[in-house]
Amino acid sequence: MNWRRAGIAAVLVIPVVFVFSRGMKTDPREIPSPLPGNPAPGFALAVFAPGQPPLERPIGDTVRLADLKGRVVVLNFWASWCLACRDEHQGLSAVARDYTGKPVQFVGSLYQDTPGNGTAWIAEMGGQSYPSVNDPKALTAIDYGLYGVPETFFIAQDGKIARKITGPAPPAVVKHIIDSLLTTASP
Amino acid sequence: MQSVNGLVGHGALLLALPFIALGIIAVPVAVNRGRRDWLEIGYGAVYANFALMTAAALAMISALVTHDFSVSYVAQVGSRETPLFYTIISLWGALEGSILFWAWVLSFYGMTVVALNKSRVGNLVPYAAMTLLCISLFFAILLVGPANPFGIVSPVPQNGPGPNPLLQNHILMAVHPPLLYLGYVGMSVPFAFAVGAVLSGEAEHNDWIKVTRTWTMASWGFLSAAIIAGMWWSYEVLGWGGYWAWDPVENASFLPWLTATAFLHSAMVQERRGMLRVWNLNLVVGTFVLTILGTFLTRSGIISSVHAFTTGTIGYYFLAFITIVLIAGGVIVAGSSDKLRSRGRLDSAASRETVFLLNNLFLTGFMLTVLVGTLFPLVAEAIRGVKVSVGGPFYNRMTLPMIAALLFLMGVGPALPWKIASTAELKRKLIPPAAGAVLLAAVALVAGIHDPYGVLVFAFVGYAATANFREFSIGAGARRAAHDESWPTAFVRLVEGNRRRYGGYIAHFGVFFVALGVAMSSTLRTEREATLQRGMTMQIAGRTLRLQDIWGREEPQRQVVGATLEILNGNRVIGTLEPRMNFYRTQQEPVPTPDVRSGVLGDLYLNLMAFRPDGSSATIRAIYQPLVPWIWFGGGVVVFGAIVGGWPTARRRRAPARVPVPTPPSPPPAREPEYAA
Amino acid sequence: MSRSARVIVGLLALTLVRTPARGQTPGADTAIRLRTPADSALEARTSAVASQLRCPVCQGLSIQDSPSELAQSMRSLVRDQLAEGKSPDQVKAYFVSKYGEWILLSPPPHGFNLLAYVVPVLIVLGGGALIALAVRRWTAGSEVPS
Repeated sequence: MNWRRAGIAAVLVIPVVFVFSRGMKTDPREIPSPLPGNPAPGFALAVFAPGQPPLERPIGDTVRLADLKGRVVVLNFWASWCLACRDEHQGLSAVARDYTGKPVQFVGSLYQDTPGNGTAWIAEMGGQSYPSVNDPKALTAIDYGLYGVPETFFIAQDGKIARKITGPAPPAVVKHIIDSLLTTASP
Repeated sequence: MQSVNGLVGHGALLLALPFIALGIIAVPVAVNRGRRDWLEIGYGAVYANFALMTAAALAMISALVTHDFSVSYVAQVGSRETPLFYTIISLWGALEGSILFWAWVLSFYGMTVVALNKSRVGNLVPYAAMTLLCISLFFAILLVGPANPFGIVSPVPQNGPGPNPLLQNHILMAVHPPLLYLGYVGMSVPFAFAVGAVLSGEAEHNDWIKVTRTWTMASWGFLSAAIIAGMWWSYEVLGWGGYWAWDPVENASFLPWLTATAFLHSAMVQERRGMLRVWNLNLVVGTFVLTILGTFLTRSGIISSVHAFTTGTIGYYFLAFITIVLIAGGVIVAGSSDKLRSRGRLDSAASRETVFLLNNLFLTGFMLTVLVGTLFPLVAEAIRGVKVSVGGPFYNRMTLPMIAALLFLMGVGPALPWKIASTAELKRKLIPPAAGAVLLAAVALVAGIHDPYGVLVFAFVGYAATANFREFSIGAGARRAAHDESWPTAFVRLVEGNRRRYGGYIAHFGVFFVALGVAMSSTLRTEREATLQRGMTMQIAGRTLRLQDIWGREEPQRQVVGATLEILNGNRVIGTLEPRMNFYRTQQEPVPTPDVRSGVLGDLYLNLMAFRPDGSSATIRAIYQPLVPWIWFGGGVVVFGAIVGGWPTARRRRAPARVPVPTPPSPPPAREPEYAA
Repeated sequence: MSRSARVIVGLLALTLVRTPARGQTPGADTAIRLRTPADSALEARTSAVASQLRCPVCQGLSIQDSPSELAQSMRSLVRDQLAEGKSPDQVKAYFVSKYGEWILLSPPPHGFNLLAYVVPVLIVLGGGALIALAVRRWTAGSEVPS
């Protein structure tokens, strides 16, 4: 029994096991996004769901990201067929209302769906406080590297993407991020 | 409150642990002290394991069929609406049940190994049995620990969610997992014998290969069938029109198949020339390690795949097990390597031996390429922290050269004799098949294949098929001349005279069919997508499709929406296809079922992509893929070849007992002189 | 089909209603898109690029093969970008800037990723060299034991 060779073989196993154990700590389905830290891709999309006063915008109005510079923008992608979106819906509406009067803009963007379905869903969920726009060919969704819904992007006042949340966004986290972006606002 | 099913099942699994442990301890005691009675205890443990696993499996089947929702696994996959057939096969549909099934198959193989071989003298079989018990121990621990299928559910639910809808769409789902497990688990047997050979000091001899030859052949046959069935199922069910996506778990089933194929060939070199002993040990250990790797990948949550089971702590158990297996395997092979090194001798480079060496080179290279590709995202993430993908384009580019080389070698190997071929013989055997190469290359070009690799694959298949066919025709011709037999008789007697060789050639033909099917369907595939209203038509591959109807119906566990399309040749209706969408109550996304019309020359494949709720129009994707059925047919031929080649002959079953039975196991045999060439 | 089934099916099927694909109008006599020669060339180039991009919501499929909606939207985008005059590399770079390297089905061959391409080749070449040497050694006429 050649113990030296056997020992070498045993030792070589260690890096293999190391790689496996590292792999077990990460979620294979999660794709880290390269967008945070970079300027947010611009969009100009038409409102299909007006939201509620005082945050409402008329149907057909165009929401342009360029117009929103200087404000913190919370861009939330959702769909009526998305079960997880139901979890975050009321929380987001409530948080949006809390920031009335502050330089914060919530925008919902409909993903792979029709305005008819979206409007019906909003009605079923008891209303949405902020306006939602339609992204018919998913161009904006792809621009933001979407791979599922819901996804929420936080765009700072300088137009850069500060954070991205994949999955339902807890209201406390949303508030925390907005507050930190507001306090680091440049004069 | 646990039901009878739960009690019996869980109790059997709990009981299995001490029995297995006892067996593992009993074998070394028996060997070291020369005690036959301890060996009987060891073998008894193997039988007890089988009995207990059978009891547990039967208890689970009973629980599933009677909808006993107090049992956790049934609560997970059972449902009163699921038809009986799918209820039974949901035994292996989710994690815990699949582990139970694996453990049962392993115990069955263990029992069969002992029952068939226990009269054999020496320590090979005892140590092999011990190894199998060690593997069984791991699965038994899983079954009473993280993968317990007999957990108690309280309060008892009225109904369950049913099995995953994807598993209820097609009959092949009944066939693929059992075949896969029979193949995968079967590879434990040659491994156990290899370990047994090293531990008992018999690794210098070829007995461990001879004894396991049938096992290896059978497992290889099952694995081949399982891979083809999996491809076929994926093709008919998943709706993208393909049959192989280089998904990590598809790769995981393919990797041990590659090393097992290499072993089938290089084992012949060891039997004839006494060479490659260390290499063969490597292959057998590697094959087993790859099977464990495959099951680790699906159950650890480490990769995301269509096959991935839900995960939990079980991943860490598998990680521990694979670490032990890797270390044990490495130590065993590396540790005994210098003792086994043979003074090799070849008569000539122009011989079948050399071809087999090259065969092993390319099969191993193929395996390592796929392994690198499969594990690379893990490694890259661990080291760079960045996620990368390794998919179809990578594998196709990197493996095509090796596949082409292997196809060519499949023509050279059968043509060359063992030991040495004279120049005249080389010319006589290797040049004529070139005609076949030219013929098939011409066929490819005429069919419209412009891709150079496509034409090359056709050419090599033409060469190899001609060479293999000539082996049959020359051999049968010689028999006719010698014994004045008719062609069919000569043919059958030829095969019977050397089953292993001619079974192998038949399997080669199976591979040729698969290769042609894959080459043609990937290069000449055409696709069209259109939104049709009733009565409208679309064209594909010279045929017209007309939308007849869009309909829906209720079934117990799901609702089905389908489109009926007629296939027209000119104005004549030659068939109908009904692609469907299945809406399961428990799923938010519908599951599409494509409909396929298969012909000898190709498949017309329709998928229902979308439809208007009022049933006024439907979006259909139509794909025409030539020669796809040749893949399934070729798979069948491969399995037939395995059966012909591997079926134990009466000659082999008669095991000469040199010493009367029973005998105490003898101490490890003294060192014998180097194996003579 | 029964009325209640129609209603149920219709409600469930709301998820699937799709806007008509480009170039088609509902109510056309045939649903086939006429293909001009330029069209076919563009389709071929689109397929070539799309085959190299991974569908984010599928298991390892390319956006060329995947029937999912996101994949189809991405394919449309690829086609539009190619039609605008962008090169395949530029189109791929766009997707990488949005999704990371992960979106490419073959790891881009620089830096660490080169290992994935080089290691298999080295192994085969190395193995081939080993075999050549071994065969030479083994056929060097060693004495046959009696």
